[in-house]
Amino acid sequence: MRELHLMKGNEAFAEALIRAGADGYFGYPITPQSEVMEYLMAEKPYERTGMVVLQAESEIAAINMVYGGAACGKRVVTSSSSPGISLKQEGITYMCGAELPCVIMNAVRGGPGLGTIQPAQSDYFQSTKGGGHGDYKLLVLAPASVQEMADFAKLGFELAFKYRNPVLILSDGAIGQMMEKVELDPQVPRWTNEEIIKMHPWATTGKPPTRERNIITSLDLQSATNEIHNHHLQAKYRKMEEEEVRYELVNCDDAEYIIVAYGTSARISLKAVQLAREEGIKVGLLRPITLFPFPKKIVRELRERVKGFLSVEMSAGQMVEDIRLEVEGKVKVEHFGRYGGIVHTPTEIVEQLKSKLIGG
Amino acid sequence: MAEFKHNPEITQEENLVYKRTDLLTPATLSYCPGCGHGTAHRIVMEVVEEMGIQQDTIGVAPVGCSVLAYEFMDIDMQQAAHGRAPALATAIKRLMPEKFVFTYQGDGDLAAIGTAETIHTVNRGENITIIFINNGIYGMTGGQMAPTTLAGMKSSTSPYGRDVEIMGNPIKITELVAQLDGALYVTRQSVHTANAVRRAKRAIRKAFENQKLNKGTSFVEIVSNCNSGWKMTPNDANQWMVDNMFPFYPIGDIKDNK
Repeated sequence: MRELHLMKGNEAFAEALIRAGADGYFGYPITPQSEVMEYLMAEKPYERTGMVVLQAESEIAAINMVYGGAACGKRVVTSSSSPGISLKQEGITYMCGAELPCVIMNAVRGGPGLGTIQPAQSDYFQSTKGGGHGDYKLLVLAPASVQEMADFAKLGFELAFKYRNPVLILSDGAIGQMMEKVELDPQVPRWTNEEIIKMHPWATTGKPPTRERNIITSLDLQSATNEIHNHHLQAKYRKMEEEEVRYELVNCDDAEYIIVAYGTSARISLKAVQLAREEGIKVGLLRPITLFPFPKKIVRELRERVKGFLSVEMSAGQMVEDIRLEVEGKVKVEHFGRYGGIVHTPTEIVEQLKSKLIGG
Repeated sequence: MAEFKHNPEITQEENLVYKRTDLLTPATLSYCPGCGHGTAHRIVMEVVEEMGIQQDTIGVAPVGCSVLAYEFMDIDMQQAAHGRAPALATAIKRLMPEKFVFTYQGDGDLAAIGTAETIHTVNRGENITIIFINNGIYGMTGGQMAPTTLAGMKSSTSPYGRDVEIMGNPIKITELVAQLDGALYVTRQSVHTANAVRRAKRAIRKAFENQKLNKGTSFVEIVSNCNSGWKMTPNDANQWMVDNMFPFYPIGDIKDNK
């Protein structure tokens, strides 16, 4: 039975982590997601489930603690906000190289630099194109509600272990701070060490005489074998593209125009769709839930029967490039961005739809 | 070259006084001949073997010459990003407190890029063992200045000798961490003579045994040579180490709160 609660997005995420059987949270405070660690510290999950919660000395240390824990086959997690996620990029690329599962939540804020603490979506490139060095991909989930903040904590662990890859939950200050009702799953027990040894034979759990030693590393000094490793990683990312695409369509069946938006801007776009429909404009919403893998196929399907796409993003235009790649110039693709922590209003989205796509 | 004559008597079981520990893999060490890393590896693995904790030990390898430590030690190991080994070890130990966890780090790793991780991990009193090989130079990258390079010492990035006015002072990171409340046992050793190896091994054993006490962090510095980086023969490097490194980095226990 799911329990009904009224919670902030950040708190729902934290509570869902405990209930999903997380073994460890390692973080460093930064606005607007500090409630995650504050909630965990207040909840004393080490008494409830034995979950470790530790405030690290930096974001760099935190993500490397996640590396150490993940390499032991544990369900470990960190969260931060844009400037902190930049610091974590070193650890993230190492985890991708070493194929370690973990959940990372980014409450995106306006940048670049220290920027603002208000919500933004300007970390799309960093999240989906590899923010650190090397050829790698993260599975990126974009919640648009407090419910999804909770659900993606659990889903994040499932996907992370399925692919032995970090999963990024790309949230923002609005989703993290807003309060909504949320249904929470019951507590799942944490894995025992015996279960981990059985399920994740690659983990560094201590070498018994019955097996070879387990080594977790992203180093491969031989170019020939390093290329083979990269082939393996790329095949894994292609499998994600085949199996893990998630999106939502609203009012798209008869739509002549499509707004593409995720997270906070999708919520606002939903209202914009309603306002436009009241004016007789046939517009629908495509909400990507996974940003990598990007819902390419549905964009290609839609391009055959609509007159244009409007990418509504709280950025200077990042996801719009992925839409353009799939539309291949067949219909118009426009971008409407607010940035620096400013959120669109539904009416200005309708105005942009009219001026950029319908009248333009 | 004189022909090597094998005397089968000396390898008979009853005549053996010493043998290579089984916990070193058969892989050929990647270290320069004369380097202290090989000896340091050996005594760490001898301690693990003698304590019978192979199955309960998880090591963390660094970046630098000893990046491939996991190729030589027959235990489960993780390889860390430059300087981050103590962060990994923190999580491993917190999540698996029943295991023996150690990091093996060089001076660039531990005393430069990883200073924050080193200090905060010791300060939290993480119940782990940190083994710190200090040869005063960046070996793998080709002999550049390290934070522990002595004043006046030449390196490829201090070609006229380390000028402390320009390049800053060498850091005694071991004395620094000894001040922290979380440090249980802090010692500085070397592996250049048979006696020194025995003392260093005793220190490592103690540092591992300390994990059973769960009272803080054990930190073992091993002052070592880098004959390639210092551009000396192994013997000259060891003598130079005795004459120049030991006066600045004196050998012996710095803290023992047991």
